Amino acid sequence: MTLTVTDLSIARGGIPVLEGLSFVLKPGRALILRGPNGIGKTTLLRTLAGLQPSLSGRIEGAEDQIAYASHSDGLKPTLTVTENLDFWASVFGTKDIQPALDAFKLNDLSDRHAGNLSAGQKRRLGLARMLVTGRPIWMLDEPTVSLDREAVALFADTVRTHLGQGGSALIATHIDLGLEGEVLDVGANKAKPKPIEDFDGGFL
Amino acid sequence: MIALLLRDLKLAFRAGGGFGLGLAFFLIVTVLVPFSVGPQSSLLSTIAPGVLWLGALLACLLSLDRLLALDWEDGSLDLLATAPLPLEGVVTIKALAHWITTGLPLVLAAPVLGVLLNLPVPGYLWLVISLLIGTPALSVIGTFGAALTVGLKRGGLLLSLLVLPLYVPTLIFGAEVARRGAIGMETQTPLLMLAGITAATVALLPFASAAVLRINLR
Repeated sequence: MTLTVTDLSIARGGIPVLEGLSFVLKPGRALILRGPNGIGKTTLLRTLAGLQPSLSGRIEGAEDQIAYASHSDGLKPTLTVTENLDFWASVFGTKDIQPALDAFKLNDLSDRHAGNLSAGQKRRLGLARMLVTGRPIWMLDEPTVSLDREAVALFADTVRTHLGQGGSALIATHIDLGLEGEVLDVGANKAKPKPIEDFDGGFL
Repeated sequence: MIALLLRDLKLAFRAGGGFGLGLAFFLIVTVLVPFSVGPQSSLLSTIAPGVLWLGALLACLLSLDRLLALDWEDGSLDLLATAPLPLEGVVTIKALAHWITTGLPLVLAAPVLGVLLNLPVPGYLWLVISLLIGTPALSVIGTFGAALTVGLKRGGLLLSLLVLPLYVPTLIFGAEVARRGAIGMETQTPLLMLAGITAATVALLPFASAAVLRINLR
């Protein structure tokens, strides 16, 4: 499943942030999204995931092939690790959560309530959710926040395996994951402020 | 869908899930009313259907601000919106879970609490029937209100103000069924109106809630 984005413009809170953005995400490839804070990386991922409309441009590639991971992990503190994953697995119509537990070394924590996990463990659980979605295109927003070095390596391995199975990933991150993927720097696509055409000078 | 319902029920019954909040409020209201209006049993029987209905309605209102706000805060609402479930289904299930954890216990508790208010004997059946038909509308309308105010900090006040006027028709006809039933009058007209309101809200409001939620998630 190839994701093709052509001349995309997006806005956050009604203010254009990125314009003229074009890229192709092919199966088996990862695209690392770079750019300064506030440039619109999260907005771009949310737009591609279908959570908000774009201003203009085209997004080709089925929206229902995309699994999205936001800043927050979407975990319920009173459910155990297994219950949290089981829930997302049944929402996405997959059954087996064992590979996801294995991939992020969550087996020892499986009966713990998510509320009792550390920030890094929660993040690992949140990322394990991507595996139970069974969707080929991953959109990850700052996935390595609060992960230690070992967990970052686990994550990089998981993404590599996912790419090896024909999946693809668009990852907004500031650290080097050691993935062989192109870098998409959106800094050059910053939306320029538009002059107001019908401004009435008499208003001043 | 079933998974979402089971998860919401599980969350409600676990510690801190808020199950029993509405029920406890309902209990407190009906226990305190005889103290505040005095012990005249004839007066209590007259006001019992109205007090029970009002208590049930306010108890429903109490838990509405948590209905979608919790999922919004921990980010699972975003993830649900990108999941294969239609958002209309998500809000319907949310309303159903709210009804099972709040509305249904109120329906079951109402006859017991009716004793405290000296509800006339023929009124019990009609009270339960009217609550059983009316409370689903309260949950569905409440979900719509919760969808409108999701993402607002301390949106509970705005939620109550938005939802209360929409609750009025259900309150009027629901309490009227119970009142007429209690004094042995014909109940068909208000009962049909009540059922009509519930049927209309259950059929239409999930679409409005989902549309509002899509805008609020942007």
